[in-house]
Amino acid sequence: MGLHLFYFFIYPGLLFAGIVGGLIAWVDRKVTARVQFRKGPPLLQPFYDFLKLLLVKETVIPNKGSALIFIMAPVFALFGATASALLILLPAFGISTGFQGDILVLFYLLAIPSLMFVIGAMASGNPLSAVGASREIKLILSYELSFLLVIAGVILKSDMTIHLDQIMLFQQENGAHIASISGVLLFLVSVFVVQAKAGLVPFDQAEAETEIAEGIFIEYSGTAYAIIKYTKYILMFILPVFVAETLLGGLSFAGIDILWSLLKIVLVIVLMVLIRNTNPRIKISQAMRFFLIGMNLLVIIALALHYIGL
Amino acid sequence: MGLKSFFLKKSLWVFHFGGASCNNCDIEILDCLTPRYDVERFGIKLVGSPRHADVLLVNGSINKRDRPRLLEVYEQAAKPVFVVAFGACGCTGGIFAEGITFDGPVDKVIPVDAYIPGCPPKPEAMISGLVKLSQTIK
Repeated sequence: MGLHLFYFFIYPGLLFAGIVGGLIAWVDRKVTARVQFRKGPPLLQPFYDFLKLLLVKETVIPNKGSALIFIMAPVFALFGATASALLILLPAFGISTGFQGDILVLFYLLAIPSLMFVIGAMASGNPLSAVGASREIKLILSYELSFLLVIAGVILKSDMTIHLDQIMLFQQENGAHIASISGVLLFLVSVFVVQAKAGLVPFDQAEAETEIAEGIFIEYSGTAYAIIKYTKYILMFILPVFVAETLLGGLSFAGIDILWSLLKIVLVIVLMVLIRNTNPRIKISQAMRFFLIGMNLLVIIALALHYIGL
Repeated sequence: MGLKSFFLKKSLWVFHFGGASCNNCDIEILDCLTPRYDVERFGIKLVGSPRHADVLLVNGSINKRDRPRLLEVYEQAAKPVFVVAFGACGCTGGIFAEGITFDGPVDKVIPVDAYIPGCPPKPEAMISGLVKLSQTIK
């Protein structure tokens, strides 16, 4: 029991994932700055932001709206992110517990943060928040189907196993999934899905700060906003790890493999940051069309190619 | 110097309130985000909502219609929040000071922590003002 709590709160869970995620958030901001020929923030900037919000700032609770739901929504979002971080990172670090890393459970756990943001935004009673929440719901409706189809593709390609550690084992024995045409298509789609899940440009319609003033997060301040930031850091870390585990041939942190595994994670992160920096925010209808028609079609083509044997 | 004020001065998020301005100060504020004057290296970031703001950057003359809105934005901001009056109009009223609709300057409406004069102030002046403001945080 004590060990499980340690897993959840400290080593692969809450603390570790948050710290690594904060560093990745710094990489994101630094690369963005370098792309724009700026100097960029110092290394610890994400932690300064988080600790300032957590320790210094006042938490304002809006008058019109439901205070309890407004405050609890970020906590549940953090819980969802931490639980999925645990289930994604435990197989990556080769720690075996009774749970085997069921990939479908991850699908549901990864949906929790976005849904909780929506509920919190609706509870705040702000009209711009409501606009953001409706956009976020539309985005969830469009990318979750593609995400589910990608997961289905991964399961099909790894001989119908739904356990993350066995998917990684299968790839170590038979070569990474990305080493085939269908694998490349699945990877392409999964990068865009991850982009939308992390709420990065071009899929940041829900928090469009120049347009609806940070949308779903507009009313959050102080500790509640710090928890949201922390959730975002964790997501920035675990989503690329998830892609690397399922499609890029798995991760292993023993000996020299560490470098190779880190390279895979960094590759996905840099792809995300570059997509973010070379695209404008698209309209929500364009995003829905992009996922519902374009991405779903790509995955279906990938599944068909897999049946032919490519 | 406490730990709390250290974190606060390392990450000042700025919310920009434009009064009845001639729009020149607004353009100079945007200049600060460009490659030449990158303010992000001090952790300064423009945010879209007063709830996230640590610094309220007010420019332009405050007229009778701006006054209640400025007060409301100030009350909505999560404390502690610092107010910076930007430009000649923000500090004194400038050329609008004798107009019939004028109802400012900023420090008659809300308490101001720093003044950055100029018409418009150079981006260097704004960076210097914000860095000086962060040095006064105890």
